Amino acid sequence: MSRWFSKNLIRIYAAIAILYILLPIFYTIAFSFNDADKRNIVWRGFTFEAWLNPCEPIGICESLGNSFKVGITSTIIATLLGTMIAFALGRYNFKGRSTTNLLIFLPMATPEVVLGASLLSMFININVGAGLVAVTIAHIMFCISFVVVTVKARVASLDPKLEEAARDLYANEWETFRRVTLPLVAPGIGAAALLAFALSFDDFIITNFNSGTVNTFPEYVWTASLRGVPPQANVIGTLMFVIALALVFAGQVIGKRKLAKKS
Amino acid sequence: MAMAHVGAAEQTHAPKKRGKKTAYLLLAPGLLWLIIFFVYPLINLAETSTKTPAPTFETGEFVQTFRFMNFIDAFVDNQEQFYRSFIYALLATVLALAIAYPLAYAMAFRAGAWRNFMLLMVVAPFFTSFLLRTLAWKQILGAEGPVVSTLQFLGILPPDATITATAFSVIMGLTYNFLPFMTLPIYASLDRIDYRLLEASGDLYANGATTFRKVTLPLSMPGVVAGTLLTFIPASGDYINAQLLGSPDNYMIGNVINSRFFRVVDYPTAASLSFILMATILVLVIIYIRRAGTDELV
Repeated sequence: MSRWFSKNLIRIYAAIAILYILLPIFYTIAFSFNDADKRNIVWRGFTFEAWLNPCEPIGICESLGNSFKVGITSTIIATLLGTMIAFALGRYNFKGRSTTNLLIFLPMATPEVVLGASLLSMFININVGAGLVAVTIAHIMFCISFVVVTVKARVASLDPKLEEAARDLYANEWETFRRVTLPLVAPGIGAAALLAFALSFDDFIITNFNSGTVNTFPEYVWTASLRGVPPQANVIGTLMFVIALALVFAGQVIGKRKLAKKS
Repeated sequence: MAMAHVGAAEQTHAPKKRGKKTAYLLLAPGLLWLIIFFVYPLINLAETSTKTPAPTFETGEFVQTFRFMNFIDAFVDNQEQFYRSFIYALLATVLALAIAYPLAYAMAFRAGAWRNFMLLMVVAPFFTSFLLRTLAWKQILGAEGPVVSTLQFLGILPPDATITATAFSVIMGLTYNFLPFMTLPIYASLDRIDYRLLEASGDLYANGATTFRKVTLPLSMPGVVAGTLLTFIPASGDYINAQLLGSPDNYMIGNVINSRFFRVVDYPTAASLSFILMATILVLVIIYIRRAGTDELV
């Protein structure tokens, strides 16, 4: 018994650590079914009330819509710009490589509160109003670095022989890129886009500095937390969690099918 | 910079093309975006930091007077929050490392078929809102929550004591929220270790502890360095955990910057504080990378 215990100690530890990681997520999910009063803090009974009327609290679905607008726009632009930089870094020799690396690294090494404050200073100085456009600009800025790091890893791990083979078979540069390189890098680009969306969708600090009177979903939760967060916020949190899990599983299944097809 | 190193090491085997024009065309839009919306705002922040209130004393109006004493004043007035930020961030980083390393080790070497599942569980917090999770901790640790009532029932905690609104709950919140940023890089570096190296160490009569100390740990150092940076940097600038899980006695420098901007509308002080925070972090990071690079990495 004690031998089994010491042999599996690290596995038991890992299970406890994962429970710790999941505990607040369970709480968020459970309290979406709570028959809540103004403050959704104590368990008062099971109900589907919040799930049936998710948009009931004023402003909650509007803020969710804003989060999607900002999230989708900034994901598309940041993924495009970041992927281009990743290809330049991974595939070409050029002067200014270390400056480029520094410029990619610095936004990740700057606390969000500094990024938010500096953008707001600029928007104030140039008299551009805070709002969704300012927020989207900010999100693209901090997502680019994460896209570059993610896609660059994938570009670097490519076997250069595959591209050489394509050229040996008389494919020109564009054809090689489109038929060989791009499909091989695509999973990395997909992962980067998901990461960018998650970062944008969940960002609070930078958003709060630059959104003015408009609210995104995290801002809605923040403001509501002063009075009491309605269980509908937990419903949206739960839905996002389930959708993200479903996307990951779908990605795994598609990946496995592709592998099966090849072999 | 740790990440840049990792990236550089991976790239070396791909042959580089010469087409410089294509490279610059690919770089231009993204880098331009970063220059306009990251570098230029920092210049604006620097400019704002030396301004003083306009003679009209209108709220939010400031004129440039190059008053560099703003930095000294801002620091002196908010020393307490500065020290607190770095102490809390340091404690959270150490705690997160202590929790994440064994977890990452289990994932890399002992998980078997459960590896992907565990990886998914580690990133699961990314799929729910940061704020909702922090509010859930407020519930769990709150006066009406399970932790306090259990501890009170067992007589460990006196009946009127609380866990929230203390330094403990703020540090706990920081530790929890940045745990995935610690776990993932450590896991990535452990996962890259060639298992034959560990076997070779065993063949040379090293016991488990020696193998870990002499082989596994040094090889995982890049992940540890990346993970600690990815935890320490955001934790030291955070104000959400202090606000939701702490009391004004636990406020960090992020809380001060935020309230200077929005409640007090004192942009110069907020800008000075932001600059001091950024400069301090950069200096700490450079010292840390140097130390980790010379003493442990080589």
